[in-house]
Amino acid sequence: MQLSRQIQAWLLLLPALCLLVAFTHYPVVKTVARSFFGFGVQWEDAASLDNYRYLLEDEVLGQVLYNSFMYAAITVPVSIVLAIAMALWVNSKMRYKGVLRTAYFTPTILPMISVANIWLFFYSPEIGLLNKLLALVGHSGYNWLGDPSLSLYSLMAMTIWKEAGFFMIFYLAALQTIDTNLYHAAAIENASKWTVFRRITFPLLMPTTLFVLVNALLNAFKLVDHLFILTKGGPNNSSNLLLYYIFENAFSFFDTAYAAVLTVVLLVILVVLALLQFGVIEKRVHYR
Amino acid sequence: MNRITHYLSTGLAWFIGFIWLFPLIYAVWAAIHPSEFATRFSLFAPLTLDNFKEAWNQAPFPRYMINTIAITMIILAGQLVLCTLAAYALARMQFKGRGFMFALILMQLMVVPEILIVENYQTLAGLSLIDTYWGVALPYLASAFGIFLLRQTFKTVPEDLENAARIEGCSLLGIIWKVYVPLAKPTYLAFSLVSISYHWNNFLWPLVVTNTENSRPLTVGMSIFGAPESGVDWSIISAGTLISVGPLLILFLIFQRQFVQSFMQAGIK
Repeated sequence: MQLSRQIQAWLLLLPALCLLVAFTHYPVVKTVARSFFGFGVQWEDAASLDNYRYLLEDEVLGQVLYNSFMYAAITVPVSIVLAIAMALWVNSKMRYKGVLRTAYFTPTILPMISVANIWLFFYSPEIGLLNKLLALVGHSGYNWLGDPSLSLYSLMAMTIWKEAGFFMIFYLAALQTIDTNLYHAAAIENASKWTVFRRITFPLLMPTTLFVLVNALLNAFKLVDHLFILTKGGPNNSSNLLLYYIFENAFSFFDTAYAAVLTVVLLVILVVLALLQFGVIEKRVHYR
Repeated sequence: MNRITHYLSTGLAWFIGFIWLFPLIYAVWAAIHPSEFATRFSLFAPLTLDNFKEAWNQAPFPRYMINTIAITMIILAGQLVLCTLAAYALARMQFKGRGFMFALILMQLMVVPEILIVENYQTLAGLSLIDTYWGVALPYLASAFGIFLLRQTFKTVPEDLENAARIEGCSLLGIIWKVYVPLAKPTYLAFSLVSISYHWNNFLWPLVVTNTENSRPLTVGMSIFGAPESGVDWSIISAGTLISVGPLLILFLIFQRQFVQSFMQAGIK
């Protein structure tokens, strides 16, 4: 009886487990293997470090990694600050805050690819909306996507627009769990709004912030859809990001082996972030 | 002083809200007016539906729509069944290696299928599933996120209910179906909404694995349709964009409260 219960458990688990192994664990192992044994789309008989040697020589990679880290380092904190502000507004006694919440949240459920088409129009150099607005104040405008010093920032702006409302949701949930007595006490003490935020709200939101932070960082390395519409990583790789570069190598340049090495780099980054998350979760537990 | 900061804060809130909605507002504006008004604002611009007609004729939207719906539904159905079974085993059955298996499953939360496009493409090519619904769906059918959410919920179900059902002669699958599934309804709703919006919007993997209209979803279709090389004008692109986001947007506006709560619930667990 006990044994059959064991078998039953495995039978229930098996379908999901097989698919997970086939499309998560097996490809991870195969990626690592290919990074040593791969050559172009072929497999070699002996392992070599040639692909990794190429990695070190690849100047584009340096640019791509720099872009990816900048992309994360700017979009994540800005989105988080906006998300906290949005959550505070939506959670306040403001009129029509339901409308506001919908406005903030809408970008989250729209496909990145479709809205990128609209953003493309905002950014376009001659007839684009941003430059038209600048023309009103007598400015000649920028080439938002075509100027290598601007293209990455233009992508970031859209990412922040897309992500902030999503993170707001987590803060909204957290705000609703804060004990209102704390605010009553602060009111009796005549504390200013800023003091209340700094001494009560923000510290109590800290676990949420850590949670959002790690998830946002993970997300930042996966969000590349808009590159396909807005810049295709250009001009001159100035807005290229790691996952897009992997895609290019695998499906445009047909260098599967090098794409595998790049995937290993991305996996290492994700593992480091995951380890960070373990630390974070531990802190959360301590905090409570 | 306090009053001024209050007004400033409220003003800023609405200003940001306006910016956040603006791309959508603009798309509606451009789509319902002739193309010469795409870059010119005038209250008295004539209204038209021609852009929608044009967009509809220039790209096989009905086909894309059917593909997206089919793919999203295959994934959702697969996820609901597979995750339920696995979640029950992990929540309520004792077996060797349970903790290890759970950890193995959770790995997918971090290493999502999008990152492994290179090898997964090879696997699906080996199975001759390129350019099919199943090709797009397979890597997502088992969801670590779904298993995790349902496991958490199943753990809160009182074990007495299960024992009672067993005494009544319920089989294992019967217990899951009659005791656990009904009690986890809110979790199923939350997970379904998150899953639908994720897969309706998913782009990178479908781009890699589809190559004709036979299986191409809306997102991939939009990326071809909207490409500047295709020479389509803004008003028509806007109309196409609205067609592609329409169904999901309507669903969102109707079930707004559930959507927001689902994302909240899914995020906290």
